[in-house]
Order: sequence, then C-alpha cells, then structure tokens
Amino acid sequence: MDWVNVAVQGVLLGGLFALFATGLALVFGVMRLVNLAHGDLGILAAFVALFLLDSFSLGVFWASLASIAIMFCVGYVLQRGLLNYTIGTDDTRPILVTFGLSIIIQNALIMQFSADSQGLDAGAIENASVRITDQLAVGWYPLIVFGVAVAVIAALQLFLNRTTLGRAFRATSDDQEAAELMGINNRHIYSLAMAIALAIVALAGILLAVRTTFDPSQGPFRLIFAFEAVIMGGMGSIWGTLIGGIILGVSQTLGAQAFGAGWGIFVGHVVFLAVLAFKPSGFFAKTVTA
Amino acid sequence: MSTPLESMPSKGIPAFRIARSAPMHRYVLIVFLAVVAVLASVPFWAQTGTIRTLVTFFTLLALAQMWNLLGGYAGLISVGQQAYVGLGAYGVWLIADILGLHPFIAVPLAGVLAAVVALPVGPLLFRLKGGYFAIGTWVVAEVVRLIVANIQATGGGSGKTILSAARLPIDTRIQGTYFLGLGVAVGSILLVYFLLRSRVGLALTAIRDNDLAAQSSGVNVFRSKLLVYVIAAFGCGAMGAVVALNLLRIQPTAAFSINWTAYALFIVVIGGFGTIEGPIIGSVIYFALLQNLSQYGTSYLLLLGVIAVIMAAKAPRGIWGFVAKRWNIHLFPVRRRLVLEAPPPGDDGGPADASDPPLAEPA
Amino acid sequence: MSILEVKDVDVFYGDFQALFSVSFSVEEGQTFAFIGANGGGKSTLLKTLAGLLRPTSGEVLFQGEAINNVPAHTRVGMGIALVPEGRRVFPSLTVHENLLIGAYGGRKGEWNVESVLELFPLLRPLIKRQASSLSGGEQQALAIGRALMSNPHLILLDEVSLGLAPVVIKRIYEAMGHLVQKGTTILVVEQDVQHVLTVADYVACFLEGRISLEGQPGDLSSEQITAAYFGM
Repeated sequence: MDWVNVAVQGVLLGGLFALFATGLALVFGVMRLVNLAHGDLGILAAFVALFLLDSFSLGVFWASLASIAIMFCVGYVLQRGLLNYTIGTDDTRPILVTFGLSIIIQNALIMQFSADSQGLDAGAIENASVRITDQLAVGWYPLIVFGVAVAVIAALQLFLNRTTLGRAFRATSDDQEAAELMGINNRHIYSLAMAIALAIVALAGILLAVRTTFDPSQGPFRLIFAFEAVIMGGMGSIWGTLIGGIILGVSQTLGAQAFGAGWGIFVGHVVFLAVLAFKPSGFFAKTVTA
Repeated sequence: MSTPLESMPSKGIPAFRIARSAPMHRYVLIVFLAVVAVLASVPFWAQTGTIRTLVTFFTLLALAQMWNLLGGYAGLISVGQQAYVGLGAYGVWLIADILGLHPFIAVPLAGVLAAVVALPVGPLLFRLKGGYFAIGTWVVAEVVRLIVANIQATGGGSGKTILSAARLPIDTRIQGTYFLGLGVAVGSILLVYFLLRSRVGLALTAIRDNDLAAQSSGVNVFRSKLLVYVIAAFGCGAMGAVVALNLLRIQPTAAFSINWTAYALFIVVIGGFGTIEGPIIGSVIYFALLQNLSQYGTSYLLLLGVIAVIMAAKAPRGIWGFVAKRWNIHLFPVRRRLVLEAPPPGDDGGPADASDPPLAEPA
Repeated sequence: MSILEVKDVDVFYGDFQALFSVSFSVEEGQTFAFIGANGGGKSTLLKTLAGLLRPTSGEVLFQGEAINNVPAHTRVGMGIALVPEGRRVFPSLTVHENLLIGAYGGRKGEWNVESVLELFPLLRPLIKRQASSLSGGEQQALAIGRALMSNPHLILLDEVSLGLAPVVIKRIYEAMGHLVQKGTTILVVEQDVQHVLTVADYVACFLEGRISLEGQPGDLSSEQITAAYFGM
C-alpha cells in the first residue's frame, strides 16, 4: 500500500523529468547537439521568474509566462549567435562551449542571487491532494505537472508530425544538406528548435521551482536526470522520454523508500547504468546510432 | 631518431624514412631537463607556502595532460574525471590509513585503484557517443561521490584526515609531497609523450580523425580507447592522491567536485587542445590568473568561463595551436613526418633532410 | 539571355581544387549533359550551381543575376532545384511528406503531388510508405518528383541512373523526356553516356576539373568522346 503510493509518486515525478528531457532530446534530434547547459538554463528560467515576481510584483503565473517567453528568445539568440558556429563534424566543440556556458550561468546566478536556496510560491495548490482510493492519495500539484508534461509532449509530437514547419524539422534532422536544397534555412531551423527547447525547459524549471527549493547549483542535476530519461527512453523518440522519465522517477522514489532518503537518486543512477549495460538503445529507440 | 621503416629506391619511388625528430628537439630536451632540475631543487631553498603552491600547480598540470589525452587525442571529452581524482584522494586514505602502507607509496597505488575502477566503467560508457558520453562520465562521478558521501566508513559528508601523513615529520611530508607532485606532473607529460610515439599513438590520431575509417583500417578502436581511458584514470588518481597529501583533508564535495573538470577544460581550451605543449602553457597561464584573480571569488570563474567559451567557439586549437600552426613549431617530437632520402628520378634537387619543411603530415 | 552562365569558376574542397576556370552557358529549355569519369568535377559543378559550394573565383549568373553568394535555400525560391547524387530522400518521412517538403521553399506552378504522381505512377501505391523502405529506383523517382515540387526553372540531375536496373533507367529517361517537352531547362550529369546523349541538346565532357570537349551530340564522334572522357 505504501509502495503503491510511492510508485505513483514516482510516475508523477517522471513527468517532470520528461519535461526536462524533452528539450534535450529535441535539440539532439534536430542538430545532434548535446547542450550541457540545458539544466542550468531551466534553473535560470526559474530565477528569471523569481526576479520578475520580486521586481515587478507580477503574480507567479504572469512571471512564469514572461520567463518562458524570454527563454524562448534567449534560445533563438543563443543558437543563432553562438552555438550554430560550433556545429559541424567535430563533436567536441559544442561540448566545450556548452560546458563553459554552464559555468557562466551558475556563477552569474550566484553573483546576482547568492548561492542560497529559493522558492517560487504558488499558494495552496502545492500541498493539496486528492484521494483516489482508500490507500492512495495523490498530490494535486504532481498530477498537474504530469498532465502538463503529457500535454507538452503531445503538442510537440503533433507539431512535428502535422505541421509544415515540423516536417522541416524532421527533414533537417534526417539530412541537413538535402534540407537546404528544399529551401529550408538550417540556421533558422536550428535556432527555432533551441528556442522551443528552452521554452519547454523553462516551463520545467519553473514547475520544479514551485514544487521544491532551487539554487544556482541545481542545473547539473537536472541535466543528468534529463539525460538519464532520454537514454532510457530511447534516442529519437519524444514519447520515449516520458517512459524514461517514469522509469527514473519510480526508481528514485522506490529507492528512497527502501534505503533512505539519501539513496533515492543513487538508485536512479544504478537503474540507468543497468539499462545502459543491458539495453543501451533504450526502450523505444527509433534511431539506432546516437 | 628514425624508425627502421625505409624503402629502397625502385622504379620512380624515392627512398624515404619516417622521421619524428628534428635537430631542434635536442635543444628542447636540454631545456626540459634543466627546468626539471631547477624544480627538483626547490624544496631546498623555497618557503613552505611556495612549495605547496607549486604542488597545486603540478597536480593541475597532470590533470590537464590526462584530460587532454582523453579529449584531444582520443576524442573522448569527459566531464567526469573528478571521479578518479576523488578515488585517488580516498585511495590514499584507504591504502595508507586503513591498510597501513606508507602514504608516499599510496600515491601510485591510488592511481592503480582508479585505473582498476575505470576498467569496467569504460566499456559501459563507450556505448554512448559525443555529448552523451560526456554526461555519462558525469553520472559515474556522481555515483562514486554518492557512495563515498553516504557511507559512514568513508567519513560520510565530513570526510577524513590522512592521519598517517599528518603524523610524518613536517619536512619529510612537505618535501615528499613536493617530489611526488613533481613526479606526477613530469610523469604525466612523459606518459602522454611515449604513448603517442607508440603504435597506440598512431592509432589514436587515426581514431580522432575518423572513427569508422580507423576501424576499417584494422585499428582496434575499442582497445585503444579503453587503454587511454584507463591510463587517464590512473593519472587522475595519482594526481588526486597528491592533492590529498598536500591538503591532508579529504571530503566528498571537494574531492569529486565538477570544478576539477572545469579547471582542466579551461587549461586545455586556453592552452591548446590536442598537443602536449598546450596543457603546459595553459596550466601556467591558468595558474597565474588564479594567483592574481582568486581574490575576486565567483567573478573570476565567470571570467574564465567566458574566455573558455569564446576560445572554444573561435579558436579551438588554443594558444599553442595558433603558435604551432603559425610558426610550425612542435616542441615534443610525436608527429611522424615523411622524409625523402633521395630525389625522385628526374628531379635535380639535393636530398631532403629532417629539418626541411615536411612533405607530408600524417599526424 | 541565357538562363545560366558560368564564367571562369574555380571551386575548392579545402586545399584540393576540383574545378579550374570552368565556363559555359545554357539556354532556356535546353537539355545540357555533363559526362566524364569519376572525380572529374561534374557533381562539384552541380553542387556549386545549387549553392552547396561557393566558387573561390569566377561568376555564376542565373537569369542574368550573379548568384555566387546566394545561399542554397534561397536558390530554390529562385527556381533552381538539385536532385542530388545518391538521391538523398528523407528516410524518416513518407513519400507524401517527401513530396510536400519539396514544395517548402519553392514556387507556384503546375507541379504538385497529383501531377508528380502522374509522371511517376509507380509512386502512387507507395504514397504513405516511409521513404527508407523504397527501392533504389523508387527513391530516384521520388527524389526527382520532390525537386519538381518546387516548380523549378532549372533542374539539376546528378547521376540519376547510378545503380539502377536498365528498365528503371528507361522510365527515368522517359520522365525526363516529359520535362523536356514542357520546356524545363535540364542540366544532367551522367556516367551512362549512351543514354544521356539520346536526350541532350548539348554535351560537355569533364576531365580532372576542366571541360575537355563540348558540342552538340550529333557533331561529335564516339572516338572524340572516348578520347575526351579518358584524357587520351
């Protein structure tokens, strides 16, 4: 009974992981770029929301919306102005540059906001829960987050499959040179993909900030969890990141329940390494090579 | 110093040999030995503070060499070498305090411990490529950190003191740590140097250029990568062990900190990616910056991050890369050049020798 | 005014020079064939015309306008379409989606999904299939159809018969015949000299980055062509 509760919490937690993971997977799918600053950018969004909230007395909702819009623009400019120049046959440059970016963001946040933990207050919704059965109660907030994750992933999948621009994304992902021959401007597509990815990770960062405390050093952990969700779910599959996220979430919550709070994350890592060892292409891989 | 690979002049094919060194390299060797000799004399005339600062420099240099070996030569960018730095640090404690061996002996053994851990980890991580490999290395570092930080036996979050080292007479400890540090730094340079001169080194340059082509030429890509990964772990472990002796205290957050990767990345990006000279120059520059800017705290890390990003984006070969290309200088003779012994038939030029501009650059 | 003029164009791949001072002009509605052995520079030329490569010197004039620095994705909108070597259909997209994406940056005109399917009826039953599951010949038809979807003024065909069975090649060339009838200007690169000479108005032979022979197929003897092809 307790275990079921814990497992359900894990599933819902997986929704948040999936939301972090979706942007990472999208960017990798479209331009084979792994953004090591991905988690930090999500945390940055939370700080931006916090800043807007404090400085302009905006409600959480409007501050969050504004932050997401800002991060969308940041994504476009970042890709167009910097990261587009690092993409090429050499794998190493994007890693070096995005890692450097991660360091910059973390230290800039510390300078501006200090290293202290912060929180975004969304009021009563955070703690309210709904009773499903006699033994099972589920928090409203985790349920909402999970719902948002599913909605975002569904919307993204719809965008990719049903719209002209989405088709252009997929074509660019398949063969970027041939895509140019179709009239697709790669640099613009890459920048749009990054913009969308950062908007999604901004949403994820804000939802996280409402749920728990956050500080400038949280970025790398978010990156790692997102990465584990992507790998376990399988490369090339957006829905796969939801499954991967759920596996990770359940592993963490069950691990914490079984071995103590400090070990939950550890169990998540172990499960990830096990999947990497025995099913390296993940559970829903569409592409076989990375 | 040429390999025995030579050819007899036959129909239209000029005689050639594969040369690695030029006369200039003799001077480089002399300078290198002189510098090492001077450094070896330091404990006998310098202050304790200076000695300990130099040890820190040596460890950073070794770390950068190992990181560059992985990233610049084998094409494996790791952001998780701190796993082995920390293992080296805790290894000293384990081998010296718990098993009772002399702390100085514990340094190379700690390196071996790190290498042993790397052996099964490498193949697991090789299932990932590029940026995902990088994050994978980070996960491994996190796993090790979590284990060490959460079990009481290793001191948990508050860490341990290296008691066996603390109990040594202070002069012995300071000087011994210094020589171990110097040894680790010089050793890392020599290790990379001799590795690159060997067959594995040739395989590595092929792999770095084109993984798939190298494999179809018969290079055992997996074994070469694994060898380099394990060696880099050894180097990071030994260097972490020296850090532990230098500080006497180890603690999981510091031992397994991502900052180790940050330092290595800065040094290599600024100094020069994919060369032996680069990390040396980068370490000197970084260290100088460190001494002058650390008073500013967080903003200096920010500045370094900005410099690293700009250089990685615009000048990925770093300062040494620029120098090497511009003036065609290579201090360490690891590249292999094709040298013609006699003019091809029909030519009326004299025989080419090793100091002429190279005809072909396979490296 | 010729639809395409190439004047003294040099193209490099890194340090390697692939084209040396190449010059020629193409009239509207012409079918211009480039033949020559591998490595002669034919594909390089088409890629340069499509904008994937830039000349280091010389000029490329399309409808009188210099387009040296116009990026590839803009050239589609101007009316230049390339069917690249190796077909390069988008493997994860369906046949239908491949055709639709062909129209992404293109112009209005008579070519649409329906008219393309009339030209290549073999594609009709495959319309919902993933392009990666098509055979070589089907992919080639798809690649040509995809290029047509942009309603090009000038279509560039790079080795469309490579690796295909003779019966498929025949069908491809029949389709080419339709294009010729409609007045489309075609630049075709081929290793299969026999076939291409039957449709070409003008032919140029490439050898090691230079044009070694050019003229109307009727005026050139097979000995001349062989000599120019192999550089004898």
